[in-house]
Amino acid sequence: MKTIIKLLMALLALSFAANASEQAPSCKLKTLDGKRSLDLADSQGKIRYVDFWASWCGPCAASFPFMNALHGELASQGVEIVAVNLDDNREDALAFLEKNPVQFAIVEDKEAQCPGLYKVKAMPSSYLIDRHGQIRHVHLGFHDVDKTELRAQVQALLDEK
Amino acid sequence: MKNKPRWFAILALPAVAMLAGCADVQPWERGTLARPQMALEPDALDSALIKHTYSSKEAAAGGYGVGGGGCGCN
Repeated sequence: MKTIIKLLMALLALSFAANASEQAPSCKLKTLDGKRSLDLADSQGKIRYVDFWASWCGPCAASFPFMNALHGELASQGVEIVAVNLDDNREDALAFLEKNPVQFAIVEDKEAQCPGLYKVKAMPSSYLIDRHGQIRHVHLGFHDVDKTELRAQVQALLDEK
Repeated sequence: MKNKPRWFAILALPAVAMLAGCADVQPWERGTLARPQMALEPDALDSALIKHTYSSKEAAAGGYGVGGGGCGCN
């Protein structure tokens, strides 16, 4: 009986395993234009802001202007925003990007492997990864009130040496 | 009584087979569910108007989670 309880507890712990403070899982993806491929875990000494999105998700559209502004401000300081598209049809993604043009990297995950590895629980989900490839903050969804917090967290990661 | 295991199998098999129909829809797989056609109320304004007229004409209201009389003034 005790072993069964222990086993159940272990399973419970596994299912609740938070992403924050975990090493970012490796997941190789190509940009939507196919010109560049990158690994989500390999931040190359930069702060990574990984965002999982889809064209059908309302809050994702709301987050794009914010992420674009953040990219404009902090890209030169070493913050790289990577938005992982999870649409079934890439046309939907392209139409969305036409309406919400952005400067940061958009990668596509046709097989939807990365969201499983990153245990995405909401759309959109953003992961802040530090210079050592460790996930430091996870944000579920996107609300206007999150902007200041996200900005502060990115800045704090930048200030770390 | 001798046939109990067989009966159990006959009952359990369809149940197990039906379990295959249960799928875990992940957050990123909800694109189809997010389509406007999938909404319970496709047109919020239209359904609000219909409810308003209904509550006035039927001299009764409720069933939609809001209180009110049948005066058509709420």
